[in-house]
Parts: sequence; C-alpha cells; structure tokens
Amino acid sequence: MVPLFQSQENIIGEVLVEPTQGKKFEHNGVKIELLGQIELYFDRGNFYDFTSLVRELDVPGELYERKTYQFEFSTVEMPHESYNGINVRLRYILKVTIGRNYISNIVECQDFVVRNYTPSPSINNSIKMEVGIEDCLHIEFEYGKSKYHLKDVIIGKIYFLLVRIKIKNMELEIRRRESTGSGPNTYVETETLAKFELMDGAPVRGESIPIRLFLSPYELTPTYRNINNKFSVKYYLNLVFVDEEDRRYFKQQEITVYRLLES
Amino acid sequence: MMIPDGIEDEEKWLAEGIAGIQHNAFYMHRALDANNLREVLKYSAQMLSELRTSKLSPHKYYELYMRAFDELRKLEMFFKDESRHGVSIVDLYELVQHAGNILPRLYLLCTVGSVYIKSKEAPAKDVLKDLVEMCLGVQHPIRGLFLRSYLAQISRDKLPDIGSEYKGDSDTVVDAVDFVLQNFVEMNKLWVRLKHQGPGRLREKLEKERSELRDLVGKNLHVLSQIEGVDLEMYKDTVLPRILEQIVNCKDDLAQYYLMDCIIQVFPDEYHLQTLETLLGACPLLQPTVDIKTVLSQLMDRLSNYAASSTDVLPEFLQVEAFAKLSSAIGRVIEAQVEMPIVGAITLYVSLLTFTLHVHPDRLDYVDQVLGAFVKKLSGKPKLEDSKAKKQVVALLSAPLEKYNDIVMALTLSNYPRVMDHLDNETNKVMAMVIIQSILKNTSCISTADQVEVLFELIKGLVKDLDGTDVEELDEEDFKEEQNSVARLIHMLYNDDPEEMLKIICAAKKNIMNGGPKRLPFTVPPLILSALGLIRRLQGQEGDLTGEEVPATPKNIFQILNQAIGTLTTVPSPELALRLYLECAEAANDCDLEPVAYEFFTQAFVLYEEEITDSKAQVTAIHLIIGTLQRMNVFGVENRDTLTHKATGYSAKLLKKPDQCRAVYACSHLFWVDDLDGIKDGERVLLCLKRALRIANAAQQMVNVTRGSSGPVTLFVEILNKYLYFFEKGNPQITSAAIQALIELITTEMKSDSTVPEAVSDPFFASTLRYIQFQKQKGGAMSEKYDSIKV
Repeated sequence: MVPLFQSQENIIGEVLVEPTQGKKFEHNGVKIELLGQIELYFDRGNFYDFTSLVRELDVPGELYERKTYQFEFSTVEMPHESYNGINVRLRYILKVTIGRNYISNIVECQDFVVRNYTPSPSINNSIKMEVGIEDCLHIEFEYGKSKYHLKDVIIGKIYFLLVRIKIKNMELEIRRRESTGSGPNTYVETETLAKFELMDGAPVRGESIPIRLFLSPYELTPTYRNINNKFSVKYYLNLVFVDEEDRRYFKQQEITVYRLLES
Repeated sequence: MMIPDGIEDEEKWLAEGIAGIQHNAFYMHRALDANNLREVLKYSAQMLSELRTSKLSPHKYYELYMRAFDELRKLEMFFKDESRHGVSIVDLYELVQHAGNILPRLYLLCTVGSVYIKSKEAPAKDVLKDLVEMCLGVQHPIRGLFLRSYLAQISRDKLPDIGSEYKGDSDTVVDAVDFVLQNFVEMNKLWVRLKHQGPGRLREKLEKERSELRDLVGKNLHVLSQIEGVDLEMYKDTVLPRILEQIVNCKDDLAQYYLMDCIIQVFPDEYHLQTLETLLGACPLLQPTVDIKTVLSQLMDRLSNYAASSTDVLPEFLQVEAFAKLSSAIGRVIEAQVEMPIVGAITLYVSLLTFTLHVHPDRLDYVDQVLGAFVKKLSGKPKLEDSKAKKQVVALLSAPLEKYNDIVMALTLSNYPRVMDHLDNETNKVMAMVIIQSILKNTSCISTADQVEVLFELIKGLVKDLDGTDVEELDEEDFKEEQNSVARLIHMLYNDDPEEMLKIICAAKKNIMNGGPKRLPFTVPPLILSALGLIRRLQGQEGDLTGEEVPATPKNIFQILNQAIGTLTTVPSPELALRLYLECAEAANDCDLEPVAYEFFTQAFVLYEEEITDSKAQVTAIHLIIGTLQRMNVFGVENRDTLTHKATGYSAKLLKKPDQCRAVYACSHLFWVDDLDGIKDGERVLLCLKRALRIANAAQQMVNVTRGSSGPVTLFVEILNKYLYFFEKGNPQITSAAIQALIELITTEMKSDSTVPEAVSDPFFASTLRYIQFQKQKGGAMSEKYDSIKV
C-alpha cells in the first residue's frame, strides 16, 4: 500500500528520527526531498529527476532523543503519473537524508503514487474510415470516439462494402505501445492487452457488425505522450480479420486514453 | 470412403463436444452451488465455447445445442436470484459482455437479457432491440441460426404484446413485431447463406441438411401469428409486406417455397383473404424454380375450407373478389413460369376449381372459366402424356361432378368437352367412366336429346373407337366393364315426354351405331329395351289422339328398332339379334301391329336359317321362337300357320334326336293356347306329341344300336307329362287310353334288361305317377277324368 496523490496537492507529513537508546547522535543536518524520477531499464542506475524539491529539516547538531520534524510541500507540480512499464519506470519518492561526517549518510525513501485526472475532452471526434484490400475486402468502420476514459465503452460498427475473402472471424485488439529513449536508442515494446472477438463467420456485403467493448476489465493507463522526452505510452485499436487460411488482415487506429475526473 | 469417414469423424466430434460441455457444466454447477459468480461466468463461457465448432452437421449441432440449452436454464435461475451473486442485473448485463469470444458472450447476454426483461428494470423493447442487434456479430450460418433461435426461445414469453406484463408505457406491439421480424429476417439470411457453404459435390447432402433447419426460421412466423396485437391492419400494413420483402429478396427457392407455405399455414384465413392481392402479388416475383403451384394450391385449399367452415364468411370472399384475384394470379404464375410442367398448371387449376366450387357453388360460369383457361393453356400442345398430369385432369373434371352430383350441370359447361379432347384415349376413357359412375350413383336422368348429344361427346372414348387406339391393348375384362357401364347409362336417358324420349333414343342410337362389332352387343340391347319401354308407355296412352304428324308412334319406333337390330346381325351377333327381334315382335303384338310383328318374326327366322349354325344355339333359338310365338295373338290364321309351320319344321330338323323330340313336343303348345279365345287345335297337338313319341323311339333305338343298351326313358316321361297337361286342359284328342298306353310303354322300357337304371328318369317317372295317383284321389271332376287311368 502506497499513498496516492495528484498534482497540485500539498504533501504534508512528519519525519521521526530516534537515536539508539541513550546514545548521542551527531549529524550534519536533516533534509527531505520530493523527487520525480524516470528510470530507463536499459540505462540502469541512471535516474532522471524531473522534479526535485528540498526542505531542510534541521541544522547540523546533536540529537539525544527522538525528534519529530514536520514538513510540507505545497501545491506540488507533479505533471506525470506514476508508471511501471516494461522498459521504463516513473516514480515519485520522498527521500530523507541525515548527513554525517566521515561515515555515509543515512537515507530513507518512501514511494508514493501520482494519478492525474482530466475532465471529459470538449472535442472528441469519432474515428471513421473506409479501408480495403483491392477487390478482396472493403470495409467502413466507425468508433464512436477517439478519446476514451479508463472505464469507457468502445461503441462502433463495421460495415462491409465488399467481401471476397473467406473471413473466419474478426477481432478487436487493444494494444499498448511503449517507446523509450530517443533517436537510435529508441526501444519500442508492444503488448496486446485485449483480444475481443467481434464477429464469428463470414459476413456478406451489406452486413453491419456492432462493436461494444468495455474497457474496464483491462488494465490500461492513460496515454502518455513524450514524458520528459524519455518515453511515451500509446494505445491502439487493432481491427483484425482472420481468413480461413489463417491469414490476418488488420487496421490499427490510435486512441487516446485518459483518466476521467469524476465530476 | 470419404463420406463414411466423415460421418465417423462427426460422431467423434459430437462426442467430444458433449464431453466438453459436461466437463465445464460440472464445474459450473459447483460454482453455482458456491454462488461464485466469477467462476460461474468462467465455466459457462467455456462450456458455451463448445458451440463454436464448425465440424458438425446441423443435425449433430442441434444435439450439442440442446445440451448447452439445458445448462443455460440453470444459469438463468442463478442470474435471476440477485441474493446469490450480489450483482445488480444492470451490472450483470455488462459483466457478461466482457467475455472475449463472441458466441459464448452472446449466449450469456441473451440469458441475462431474459432476466433483465423479467426484472422490468429496463423496457423490454430496449433489451430486445439490443439483443437482436448484438447477435449480428455471429455471421456463421449454423451458429448464427441456433443463437438467434435461442434468442427467439427466451424472448417468446417476454414480448411487449397486448396484455403482456412486459408491455410498458413506451412499449407497444410494434416493438414486439419489429423484434420478431428483425430476428426472422436475419435468420432467413443466415439460412439462405448456408446454401453457399461447402464444396459442390456435397451440395445435395447440404441442401438436405439445410432443409432440416427450416423450422428454426419458420418458428418466427409462428411467433408473429401468436402475437395478439397483430390484428388485420397491422398484418396488412407491416407484417406481411416485410415478410414478403424478405422472401422475395432472398432469392432462394427452398426458402421462398417454405416461407410462403409457412405464411399460408400460420396466419388466419381471414387475413389471407383480406391480403390476397399482396400475397398473390409476390408469387410471380419468386424464383422460377419455386414450386409455386403447391403454395397456391395450399392457399386455395385453405380458403376453400375456410369458405366451407361457415356461410357467414362468404360475403367476405365476394367483397374481395377472391376468385378473380386467384384466377388472374394463377394466370400470371403460369405465364411467368415457362418451365413449369403441365402437371403443375393442372394442379393449380384443380385447386382453383375446388376453391370456386366451395366458395361460389352458384357460379357455374366460374367453373367454365377455369376449364376455359385450362383449355387455352393446352391448346396447340400434344395430348397429355405424363401420367400425373392425366390423373390431375381427371381430378379436375371430376371435381364439379362430385360437387354438384349432377352431370347435367357438367353438360352445360362449354369447355368441359374441350378439356376432354386434350386427353389421350386411355384417360378419356377413365374420365368417361367417372362421368358414367357419377350419373349412375346419383341416378340423375339425362332428359333432353341435346344433353344426350353432349354426354355422348364426353364419353365418346367408350362409345366408339378413337383414332390410334391399339385394340391389342384392350383388356377384355375392362372392356366388358366399360361397355356394361355404357349399357347402364343408356337406361338413365329418360324423359316422360314421349316426343323428347324419342329424340333421346334417336340421338343415343346415332351415337352407339358407330360403336363397332365389339360394342354393339352391349349397347344395342339397352337401347332396344329403352325404346320398347317407350312403346309400352305410348300403348298405355292409346286413347290419346295421335295425329299422323307425330313421330312418336309405335310404328315409327319399331322401324328404328328394326334398323338397330339389323346392325347386330352384321356384327355378327345373331343370337342376340334374334332375341331382340322376338322382344320387338312381342311388343308389336301388344300394340296390335300384325305386319310389324310378322316382320320381326320373319327377321328372326331369317337369322335362324342363315346365321345360327351352332346346334346348341339352334336349340335355344327354336325354343325362344316357340315360346314367343305361342304368346302371339295378333296374327291372322294365315300368318300364324306360316309361322307355326316354320317353327315345327325347324324343330324336327334339329341335329340331335332328343333336341328334336323336345322341340317338337314344345310345338304342341303352339296349337293350344290356354286363353279364352286362344287357338285350340287338339288334332295338331296330338300330331306333335305323336311325332315327338316317334322321335323318342328313334332316339331310343339309336342308343341301342350304338351302345348296346336302351337309352334313358326321360324323353318318354317328358312326353307323358305333356299328355297329362293337355289331358287336363281338356283336349279331346288326348285320351286316357293313350296315356295308359304311354305309361305301360315306359314301364316296359324300364323293366327291360337292356335298360340302364337312370338317376334322372326314375324319380321323374315315379313322381309323375305319384301325381296321377294324387289327381285320382283328390276327388271332383278331375278325379273322374283320371279314373280310367290305371297305374
């Protein structure tokens, strides 16, 4: 269990320091940092701090007994959500450092999670497109929206204009594409999160097949675009036709996923 | 080897599918017992996944489906009880849609949907609409059909019909109808598509399998017919047009035929009657291979029965001009379906005829119209060859006879004989027999000469040889039966008015005279007898003044008869002709027409002399002649003498002695007619008897010579009896002494050694003696007469 925050929140707390019973404890000062870090796995060990705030809790001195420090980070800007991907991790931590001479500092970390909510987008166009393989298959498909919140339902339909191949079935896949790095060092990972059969059997010209896909059962995150120039997470709807010889035909469309701010 | 393997494999796959269902059902039951919704959904979806197979024929798939269906009932019970799974029905409706595979998903959705409607948390129409639309996702024909069949099944009792608890404020019957129609249309599309599945070489098998699924589709129409809110207006405006649209558009002959039939069977007759135009309008739009004739026949049969059910409905038929519509529809269909075999067209006409007979029994012109249309269709075509077609024509022509039980009606139909002209000889005969049977059965009289003419035109196949009849083919017995029927028919030609009756006889005669040698012996006698009947009737009206102008005089008729019998002699059928001449002679005697009677006798003797050569036939003939002649009283002495002389002469010239003897003693009666003013020539009686005795003697001796033993004394006993007869009648020439001598002669003959005891003559003689004894003892005048005879 970790605490959950969102951007602009005040992060208030206390740090408790207790020396070993009956011993004097000498220190070079106590501080707490709030860090937002991006960790790329292929660049192990290197953290990119996109946020770093510090509060000095104590000046150098001695401690004889337990002491409590109050701290507060007010209206902290935390633009990115916590994310735990395949090649990348975005995390937020509170880090307390007690400085010492000659020997290494005492460091304690506490993770917390950030989630940011967005209101319903004012513009949310449908995705509508006519595609085809010449003289084999012509379809027109429509997804009601281009932006979906995490508990949303994808409503749409596929209209068959021409069917000359023997279709066995049709699926709608939700795919997540995580890309990290930049330039020649770009790493892309694609995962299929959902395989949802839309149609069984071969339609004929003129058939219109409904789509209704509930997103709630799948573990999606919002779409992340170019987070700190380090990584992106994007979602795609992939419409797949499988013919009787198990050949696959598909058409992929990006959708935007967001975390809805409940009003 | 391919197909047997296939069947074996199919059994295997079915077994596997059933095992899969049972396996998952087991875990589903456990989950149900534990009220574990998650697991229930998981295992039910897995179980339903077995229905995703493509390897089974419809028949086997149905078995699999039924297994799953039973399990789904249990699932529905679980879904219904929210306390068991704790999820609201609305959430459940979403939850089941998370399943990744569409087929299990939709089965589950339908199952939950059923509970959803029952819960009334959403309007039934919305849920139904959603379900029927979502099912579009299954485009595989068999799987889709069964899924939609499941939908139809679970929704049947939940339609927002009038009086249904599911009819909410905003729901109307229209929604229920829309739902069923939509499901029907989609199912039919899937069903039709099944045709195009699979390789061509299995096409026939596949069509058969496809046919097995038709009731799944037809069920929807049944459901529609059960919706109470579907009144005539809605049926007319919405239901029927939409069904027909789908039927026409699907362009599949199997489906079109089946569904048209379905419409006719499931919806009320009253609706059909009121939408006749629409329904019939669709017929020419169907595929040319559709067996539209059967469809239309069914329709007409149903309407016929409807009309027969109550006279109250008849005005409806008139109001919608049912006959005209059907008639023109049939015309259009026959025109449109050039390929339709003639038997099809005939079937249609039969149905139309049956219809009009039921609905418009008073409209003979309709009947004639139907026949006329049929004649038009047949014109220019060769005679019917197809045996089915021939049967149907017989049915067509028999229908009016059966309905009216009156052939006279048929005789007024101008097209009736025209239809018969298109029959081959054999069928023509069959039909002719039907007509005759009908007349005989109903004992309807044909009472005008015109009708007789028409009738003979109808049955000409029986009355004369038609062109091309192969005589060899005729079965003797059949022929006899046919001709006997014609003979019976002739007796049904009757009118009380002698003038008309004569015309009838002339018409009949004209027709049967062409019958040829084989038929005349059957047909002439009834004609003659019928004419004699007329003569006797005229005789009864003797008092009436019958002017010379009137043709119906016995004399005229006798002339006709003479002619008619004459034809028999050429046949040749002399014995029959002879009998008929004698009949006529006797009739002429009764009419006091001596020359006519004499003429007939002359003809009879001529026949005897010239045509009757067989000795047995001669015996019969001479006895007939003697018998008839004996009864004649019209003749003057001269004529009578001539004739009796001839008769006795011929009697004595018969070949066999016993025959001679018997004929001669029979002749004795010619001279003693036991009437008040009858001839009583005892002398000649005795002459005959004596002559008979001489012949008997000669016969006796002949037997003696050839066999060495005396012949039977039967002849003597017979002559003795004749003696006794005339003795009793008071013939003075027959004395008791002569009788006494004859008795003794017989007694001696019988005692002689050479006589073989004989089974016939002994008891005959004995009983004759007993008779004499009896007469002697009886007392009175007769006893005195007998007194002198000693036995």
